[in-house]
Amino acid sequence: MNMIKVISANRAIAEAVKMCKPEVVPVFPITPQTTISEYLAQFVADGDLRAEYIMVESEHSSISAAVGASGAGVRTFTATSSQGLALMHEILFVAAGMRTPIVMGNANRALSAPLSIWNDQQDSISERDTGWMQFFAENAQEALDFVIQAYKISEDHEVLLPSMVCVDGFILTHTVEPVDIPSQEDVDKFLPPYEPISYLDPKDPMSLGTFTDPDYYMEARHDMEVAMEGAKDIIRRVNKEFEEVFGRKYNLVEKYKTEDAEIILVAMGSICGTIKTVIDRLREKGEKVGLLKVISYRPFPQEDIYEAVKGARRIAVLDKNISFGIGGVLFNEIKAKMDVDASGFILGLGGREVSPDDIIGIVEKTRNPTTETNQINWIGLKEEE
Amino acid sequence: MTSVGATVKEPGNSVKNKTGSWRTFKPILDKEKCIDCGNCILFCPEGCINKDYDIDYDYCKGCGICAEECPVEAIKMERE
Repeated sequence: MNMIKVISANRAIAEAVKMCKPEVVPVFPITPQTTISEYLAQFVADGDLRAEYIMVESEHSSISAAVGASGAGVRTFTATSSQGLALMHEILFVAAGMRTPIVMGNANRALSAPLSIWNDQQDSISERDTGWMQFFAENAQEALDFVIQAYKISEDHEVLLPSMVCVDGFILTHTVEPVDIPSQEDVDKFLPPYEPISYLDPKDPMSLGTFTDPDYYMEARHDMEVAMEGAKDIIRRVNKEFEEVFGRKYNLVEKYKTEDAEIILVAMGSICGTIKTVIDRLREKGEKVGLLKVISYRPFPQEDIYEAVKGARRIAVLDKNISFGIGGVLFNEIKAKMDVDASGFILGLGGREVSPDDIIGIVEKTRNPTTETNQINWIGLKEEE
Repeated sequence: MTSVGATVKEPGNSVKNKTGSWRTFKPILDKEKCIDCGNCILFCPEGCINKDYDIDYDYCKGCGICAEECPVEAIKMERE
């Protein structure tokens, strides 16, 4: 039987992981991911999760241990945040290049310096070129649902790329809300045991993660590009299979009142909840505003985004990240991939509060762009005294 | 690509990687000068010289140790 529990996104991720039954869980605690590592340690200690829980000495080690375990042919899970993800950087490429279908939870947090434990999305966005898929959750329910789906997507033999399930630090990781926790029977029905296509076995020796000369490297990288592009169809299929078992419907993007919208906001993660509330208020006043929530940041669903926003007069792209000298990354990728009239907004860096009034201001700036506001706008920046 | 993740599925296939392509200088043995001491055979780190003093250029990387160790300078390193 499924049951409703009032829990945080970190707890939701841990509950999902428990039901997906990874056999090796190497985790290093870091704020605001820490409670994921604690819940999983408790599950293992209580015998609720039959896994090897490895207490590693750093995030470089936790992801390395996950690569090793996945190379040995078992399902594995790890989780991190911010500086920890940055420390994993080198091995993130290895995990993707070796095609190990690891699933990782990432509590989105700002990067130092200045040191901050609060939320933005710079950490995972900065790992966009590693070959990992990235799914951004709006709430704890999505965090749970995305972990379960991430295993099925990553482990598909047409994909075999690792997945990152991203949850906004503190906003999701440390607030509680009702979450529908599925039954183990339903998860087992949806997610079959992991079947590796190649793994380390003394009876059938092979080498993984080998040295390649210039005769082979480019093909291996091209394979990854094909897998990442192809992952979009696999995600659509897995979303459908998930809906059949659990009744909750997902896609690469979520369209919220976009059909007739003149202004469409494009955003990722928990901020989408605030935006929906503002849109409902503006709609009551007759303003045609909509939201396009990007769930799958990698693979990048440019077709789905364009399909949803092409009818709008103007769009606003909200980024909780900054690539210095060029602006928000999602804004720039959308501008690069499609011909749309868009304004970019940098907001919420290092935990800076984003209020409904800020969102209303963004709608206004997008509707009436000036030469200054039609490119990159910083929202909530304090003015110099 | 036939192997996902550049996995090498059969053991013992490093012979397919002809490391001789890395060579810049090629050892040329003058068998007239050779005194059959065996030094080059013993010192070659790649095992590329057989008992008849034939050099396997498929795998010789051109390190030049054989030429260095030859007591009668029977081996010359020539640019490829």
